[in-house]
Order: sequence, then structure tokens, then C-alpha cells
Amino acid sequence: MPASSAAAAKAASSPDDKAAISVKDMRKCFGDHEVLKGISLEAHKGDVISILGSSGSGKSTLLRCINLLETPDSGEVRVDGELIRMKQGRDGHQTPADTRQVERIRANLAMVFQSFNLWSHMTVLENLVAAPTHVLKRPRAECLEQAEALLKRVGIWERRNYYPPHMSGGQQQRAAIARALAMNPKVMLFDEPTSALDPELVGEVLRVMRSLAEEGRTMLVVTHEMGFARDVSSQVMFLHKGEVDSVGEPKEMFARPPTQQFKQFIANFNK
Amino acid sequence: MDFDFYLSTMWSVLKALPLTLEIWFFGIAFGLIIATGLTWLRASGHRLGEYFTRGYVFIFRGSPLLVQLYLIYFGLSQFDFVRHSPILWPILRDPMYCTIVAMALNTAAYESEIFRGALRAVPVGQIEAAKAFGMSAFTRFRLVTLPIALRLALPAYSTEIILMTKATALASVVTIMEMMGTAQKIQHDTFRPIEVLTCAGVIYLLLNLSIARLFAWVEYLLSPHLRPAPEQSQQVKPVPEVL
Ligand SMILES: Nc1ncnc2c1ncn2[C@@H]1O[C@H](COP(=O)(O)OP(=O)(O)OP(=O)(O)O)[C@@H](O)[C@H]1O
Ligand SMILES: [Mg+2]
Repeated sequence: MPASSAAAAKAASSPDDKAAISVKDMRKCFGDHEVLKGISLEAHKGDVISILGSSGSGKSTLLRCINLLETPDSGEVRVDGELIRMKQGRDGHQTPADTRQVERIRANLAMVFQSFNLWSHMTVLENLVAAPTHVLKRPRAECLEQAEALLKRVGIWERRNYYPPHMSGGQQQRAAIARALAMNPKVMLFDEPTSALDPELVGEVLRVMRSLAEEGRTMLVVTHEMGFARDVSSQVMFLHKGEVDSVGEPKEMFARPPTQQFKQFIANFNK
Repeated sequence: MDFDFYLSTMWSVLKALPLTLEIWFFGIAFGLIIATGLTWLRASGHRLGEYFTRGYVFIFRGSPLLVQLYLIYFGLSQFDFVRHSPILWPILRDPMYCTIVAMALNTAAYESEIFRGALRAVPVGQIEAAKAFGMSAFTRFRLVTLPIALRLALPAYSTEIILMTKATALASVVTIMEMMGTAQKIQHDTFRPIEVLTCAGVIYLLLNLSIARLFAWVEYLLSPHLRPAPEQSQQVKPVPEVL
């Protein structure tokens, strides 16, 4: 793995129990198609890691294996030092050993989806309080208050009683980010949060994400927004065919692409 | 036109409405319970459960309700163990209970298919979001899958309930004097089938109209997110530059 910076070397060598999230040697096959071929990454509190890669390189699968929406074939995921325990299933594939642990960890890993996935039968406000009240068991009044504050922050408080189908994509995605924030997650996972948006709506979502990075949130962001990757993230990771092709400090990576693959990838974007 | 005859027939048939409603209500109530069980069995992923529900649907959806009713009322009493059973016999010797049992078993087959389809039509992304936020399987089902599936099932379910309203008329063949049985009796006594059947038909129509309106209203209440957006009273503020 051609590492380009000290950060990358550190991620590869010293497993740090204090990392907000660490993934070690994750592998995943769909049938005989090997989608992830041993991926490791580590994010400390406040890190923003942008995960880049061409279509089909396994970016979504990586995020989905981290919060176990897909079950990885092998590899370790630690959240705040806590290992997600797996057991060997009857068919030879591993499965989570303890669903309660998985649910607890997922609650710490709020996810923002490409297609928002807001619950369409709930108003925006209900979307924001559903998980905090039912998963974290926090008092409803307190959740409502926090939800309103979060909606003000992302600029859609006026729409709090709207249903998701009645809002623009950009508003829905901002609501989805607020829904994730309402969990006070340790790490936020973003899977191409702006890819389903009309170009003129991308900016409003990126602005919210930028503000999250600035306040020190730990984020893993799969994105095709090169500007965001370069200017906002603390680390850029480039996946190619299920492997970490290169990883490093963003300015450095973009100024001097460490591999031919990455060079080609950004060249295609600048066209 | 003999208005007095129409009026008196109307009145006689209407007096049998409570009995029709009783068959209807208990038929769909027990049917719903059985359908829920079948749907659960089918969704649980057990092999045997799947074979059982498929077989059940094949039999009760594939044969006429009238045949099922005859077999339950006349057929089952042929068996000694049924006649000597302290639980089965009081139910199966009573034509009213038999009709309710036949209707419940029959509608459960259709309803379990309706529910299965509705569950499968719940958008996968909404369930994944519930998973990703740490909801347990039960919470996920209660907060996301079930409310969405119910809304999806409602139109087909209301059609099935209307079919069941009409099916109550079959009770007349096992001697129940509900609306259809009453109408037939008047018809025999007066030899005026057209007037009598018109009266019965009109009452069934009005009954089904009310049921359809009721379901439309429930559907409306449950689906604010599928109606047009509310009037935009306030302009949406743009995201402030400094958050
Ligand atoms: N559930 C699945 N079953 C089978 N194959 C899958 C499944 N999910 C993903 N794949 C395959 O795995 C590969 C990686 O998919 P993935 O969605 O992770 O790519 P990606 O990097 O997110 O791409 P994109 O930029 O298009 O979102 C693709 O070839 C895809 O076809
Ligand atoms: Mg993807």
C-alpha cells in the first residue's frame, strides 16, 4: 500500500484503542465477487475521513459493513475501543454474536444515506425524535426541544411539521443530517450525501457538513465532492477495486497524487 | 309501482340487517386474527410455516366459498369425532357459527396474501434507516414496517371487506335468515322476485357504500404524507452562512 503521509503509516501500523472508530482488515464477498479485499482505517475524535473511489470500488459496502447493514466476511470493527463481537455461523459465514451490542453500537454510528431514507409516514420532527426516544430512551420533551434546535441549525425549522415527500431533496438531506445529529453519535457515516441532489441544492448540504467538521465531529464521508474532500477533511482515502489504493493528508494527496490510479481519478473529475 | 310493497319489503329486509352485520363482523374479525397468524408464519422464514401457508392459501383461495361452507356445515358433521367433541360440535352444528368459520377461513387466505404483499412493498431504505439508528427488530416493526405496510394494505383490504359483505348472503343457503334469507322468503311468499331482489340489492349497495366511505376516510387520515403539500405559508429560510 503506497502510503503518502505519516497519518497513513500510523493508521496501518499502530492500532490505537482510543480511536473513535477503527476497522481492521475488512473483507467482504458477494458470491464470488470480492468487493472489499482487506480494508483498514482509523479515525480519531474530530477526524473527517473522505472516502473516494470510482463507482463499484466498494465505498458503500465499506460503510455498510461498519454498521453491519452488511455482514463482513472477516475483519474487526471497534467503536470507541469496543470490538463488535462476531461468531461463526452454521453456514461458515460469521454473524454478529450479540444483536443488542450491534444495536447499541449502531446508535453511536448515525448514518446519512444517499437517498435520505427519512421515514415517509412521519413528519420531520417525528423523524428526529423517533430514535432518541425509542432507542436511547430519552424523555420525549427533551428530544423535541433538541430536535427543534437542530432543525433551526440546519435551516428547516419552518418545515418541522412537513412530511418528507413534501420537501426538496436538499431539505430532506438536511433533515436526515439533523436526524443523525439527534442521536449525539460518536461517529457519523455519510454515503454520498449529495449525489442524489440537483446541483443547486448540493451547496446547502455541504455547508451543513462543513459546519459539523468545524465543530469537531468525527465523520466518515463517502463523496464525489472533491472540494469537500480537499478542503474539509483531515484525511483522504482512495479505494480502488476493493483495496485502499492510497491514503493521506488531503492537500498533499491532491497536489501530488501518490499513485497513478488516484492521479487518473482526479484527472477525470477535473475534465 | 306498488310503493307500499317496496316499503314493507325494505322494512322486512332491513330488520335482518343486524344479523347480516353480526356474521360480517365476526367473520372479518376472526379472519383478521387468522390472517395475522398466517402472515407471521409466512414471514418468519420457517420452511414448514411457508409450506403450510401456501397450502392454506391454495385451498381456501382456490375453491368457492359456497363449497367451503357446505363442506363445513354438512361435511364435518359426518365425522364421529366431530359430533362427540365437546368443543367442535356446539360450533359446527350451528349454521350461524359455521358461516362465520367459513367466512373467516376464506377471507384469511386472501388477507394474508394482501399483508404479505404490503410487507414486501415497504421500501427497504426506510427499514435500513431504522436498523442504522439502532432500533431493535420489534421497534423497527412497530415504528416503521407496520405503519407503512398498513397504509399499503388498506386499499386491497377494503376491497376484501366489501367482498365479505356480499358473501354474507351465502348464509341463506344454510337456513340463516339474514337479509338475503329474508328476501328469499318474501319472494317465495309473494312471487314478486324483481321487487324483492331490488330492495335487497339497494340495501347491500348502501351498506357497501358506507363501508367504502369509511375506509376512504381512514386511508385519508393515515396518509397525510401522500396528499399534496400544505400551502406554503412561510418562505423557507436559506441555511445561514455561519451556523
Ligand atoms: N447486495 C449486493 N449483492 C451483490 N453485489 C453487491 C451488493 N452490493 C454491492 N454489490 C457489488 O459490490 C460492488 C461494490 O459496490 P458498492 O455499492 O460498495 O460500490 P460504490 O463504491 O459505493 O459505488 P457507487 O459510487 O456507484 O455508489 C459493486 O460491484 C456492486 O455491484
Ligand atoms: Mg455507493
